[in-house]
Amino acid sequence: MTSREEILAKVKTNQPEPKPLPADLSTVPGGMDSLTQFKTVLTTIGGAVIEVTDFEEIAQYIGQEFKDKKRLISTLPELASVTESGWENKDPHSYEDVDLAVIKAHFGVAENAALWITEDLMHQRAVPFICQQLAVVVNKADIVATMHDAYSRIGDAEYGFGSFIAGPSKTADIEQSLVLGAHGPKSMTVFLLG
Amino acid sequence: MVYPTKQTCCGQPMANSGFEHLTQGCNDLFIENFSEFDYVVSPSGSCVLHIKDHLHAEKAEDKALGIRKKIYELTEFLTDVLKVEKLTASFPHKVGVHQSCHGQRGLMLAQMTELVEAPFSKPLHLLNMVQGLELIELKRPDECCGFGGTFCVAEEAVSVKMGKDRVADHLNGGAEYITAADMSCLMHMEGILRRQNSNVKVIHIAEILNAQEF
Amino acid sequence: MSTGAKDHAQLSDIFNKDEARVDWHDETLWFVRAKRDKAAHSLPEWETLREAASQIKDNVLSNLHDYLLQFEANAEKNGIKVHWAANGEEHNKIVHSILKENGVNRIVKSKSMLTEECHLNDYLHKNDIEVIDTDLGERIVQLAEEPPSHIVLPCIHKKKEEIGELFHKHLGTLEGASDPVYLTAAARDHLRETFITRKAALTGVNFAVAETGEFVVCTNEGNADMGAHLADVHIACMGIEKLIPLRKHLSVFLRILTRSATGQPITTYSSHFKKPRPGQTMHIVLVDNGRTTQLGRADFRNSLKCIRCAACMNTCPVYRRSGGHSYHTAIAGPIGSILAPNLDMKNYADLPFASTLCGSCSNVCPVKINIHEQLYKWRQVIVKEGYADPKKAIAMKVMDFTLSNPTIYKFAGKAGRFVLKHAPFTVNNKLNLWYKHREMPEPPKQSFGEWYKQNNKND
Repeated sequence: MTSREEILAKVKTNQPEPKPLPADLSTVPGGMDSLTQFKTVLTTIGGAVIEVTDFEEIAQYIGQEFKDKKRLISTLPELASVTESGWENKDPHSYEDVDLAVIKAHFGVAENAALWITEDLMHQRAVPFICQQLAVVVNKADIVATMHDAYSRIGDAEYGFGSFIAGPSKTADIEQSLVLGAHGPKSMTVFLLG
Repeated sequence: MVYPTKQTCCGQPMANSGFEHLTQGCNDLFIENFSEFDYVVSPSGSCVLHIKDHLHAEKAEDKALGIRKKIYELTEFLTDVLKVEKLTASFPHKVGVHQSCHGQRGLMLAQMTELVEAPFSKPLHLLNMVQGLELIELKRPDECCGFGGTFCVAEEAVSVKMGKDRVADHLNGGAEYITAADMSCLMHMEGILRRQNSNVKVIHIAEILNAQEF
Repeated sequence: MSTGAKDHAQLSDIFNKDEARVDWHDETLWFVRAKRDKAAHSLPEWETLREAASQIKDNVLSNLHDYLLQFEANAEKNGIKVHWAANGEEHNKIVHSILKENGVNRIVKSKSMLTEECHLNDYLHKNDIEVIDTDLGERIVQLAEEPPSHIVLPCIHKKKEEIGELFHKHLGTLEGASDPVYLTAAARDHLRETFITRKAALTGVNFAVAETGEFVVCTNEGNADMGAHLADVHIACMGIEKLIPLRKHLSVFLRILTRSATGQPITTYSSHFKKPRPGQTMHIVLVDNGRTTQLGRADFRNSLKCIRCAACMNTCPVYRRSGGHSYHTAIAGPIGSILAPNLDMKNYADLPFASTLCGSCSNVCPVKINIHEQLYKWRQVIVKEGYADPKKAIAMKVMDFTLSNPTIYKFAGKAGRFVLKHAPFTVNNKLNLWYKHREMPEPPKQSFGEWYKQNNKND
């Protein structure tokens, strides 16, 4: 008997009587407005909130805040003027020295300021993790309240990889002192568009 | 109100040490002593919880079940059965209330800080009826004192440290007396207080509810 | 316990020699419990969430066979290679053979308590494969050559000065430097080099979804992603109980996991791996290692609901004052104490007794495992199987005899009061463990029974 067969047989013998799944949980309405909550939580977790009405404002902001950074890349053609061209389709290791990557998210979640980003929005999976700083553009209208709403929205969408990204990378492993910037990006800027 | 004179112990120390299978003698004796009464009341939360959870007797299971349904810890008996609303007690002192674990989390004598639920406390409800009593604040309102039965000697170092920390919380809050509904917690904390030559005393909640100090 | 090896009581005794350090360890972990409380109280629906998480996991355990098959089929459809390991040894062999096949002898690993359980690092090291743990806390204990002491905060037992010394020795940071920001930055640079150069990455699995064949890895640091997205080979290791039925159930677990663990609403990264990257191979190793046995134990199978949040450790007054290493097992604290005896009852017989049964753990557990009740039940099993301390067994027989017999009980009480009053020195000495740090209770003049008899006669 292979281990697979052995394990499955043991599970079948030992598992208890079937228990039903609970009813779905859904968001309880009321409480803080989603956009306000998203901004509050993002700030608490060390992210920067920049409200903009169009891509020009984003380009302007980037041009200013990151002017002394060498490598700025973006998946968004609207930001071509302030970012590198022809950076795509290289070995992901080559993005090691990217100072800023600007991508967009499908939507954000108010209760934890997480942004849902699938690999088709990343160009390559390594991009949002390997860059020194990350910026994400999301529509104000695409902020949902809780994770229950989030997974309703995701539904049975197909993706090879996706991630909820909430704020800059961090650690508190050294005596519970929170430090922003562990292995992923040291900062996270969210452009709320609309 | 009767105190059956042939009673011994509920058997908890043996059961908690893994020797539940040796408690049949205690169980039989308990059933013999207590099954005839309408209510069985004890000033010890942990004992009551043990009986509620673990009293069984092959030969008298219906009697055992009967007792499990009518056994009460003192404060819950006063609030839930007798529904006491007034006490003539007077105890003008600063008092720290120790929430004994079995009483609190087991018998639900008071809400625990772990849960996101409405607060309540049967002991506090009664203590608030006592004249002159001032309740002190604790940093950790329901942390365990560390007695734990045979744990107090089997894991002596941790048990003592837990007791010291509990006592320190009360002392920092300015307690003159530490009270609880469980003698074992009080005995453990008293042992530590007296070793520290502290003036702080322990007192069972029943004594406060009965106090006539002015 | 094997001869020579210390048990929890002995190890805790050593831990408690440095009281100031115990205070520091206790306060640090209580702080994490307090953060959890704040997060829990910010959700009025918290208890409903716990109940939902608990019921989903109950459903998983009761249908585990079919969910495993469903997960395997879907994962394979996604292009993930699925392996099955009956025990830790087999898990290690599988990981090793995947690495050998790919000509890899250096890997990066993100946090996986399962790999600790299987002693993977030691096994790979013996087979000349270098493993670099990339979670900062794990890297620290790896450099210190110690096991992690906490499943979420691996080096919570280490002070920043000690970490500074380690980094000075191994990473070349300034001598005496202990600022967490400085040390973390040094670790970032040091580990970045490993991410860029290693061809294989090993990760754990927080949740695996039967419905879709995807799995989720949660980190704050981004180290799992840095490893996986740059490696040619991604190996994910999971215990068979980590399954959940439907993708939408992730909403419940991702809401409750990190709030329970650290008080954060969510980890920085909750990465959903469904298909390998083009050009990459992805493997998942499903591990039993005693889980199927535990599944068959009606009193203890609920322990398999665990999502490894460590809320029970943070709240446990004993864990906070004895430290994870006192449990001498990969997973310490309350949950560890109900999992370990299933693996090796003899060597872990001490753990269920390392508790006052206060019940705090069961009430912070996001999946409502009745931990304190299982601790009590394990004690009965351990004694029945003959692993109890023989001295205790004798004492208990004496106790049973005394307590079953009212006359003997009254005599024992009278004798005790007599001795305490007239010959306290026989009791107040080094042989009496109670007396080490506590005064004995004052003997009352009479027992309650005696008082009652006397006063009732007068009525």
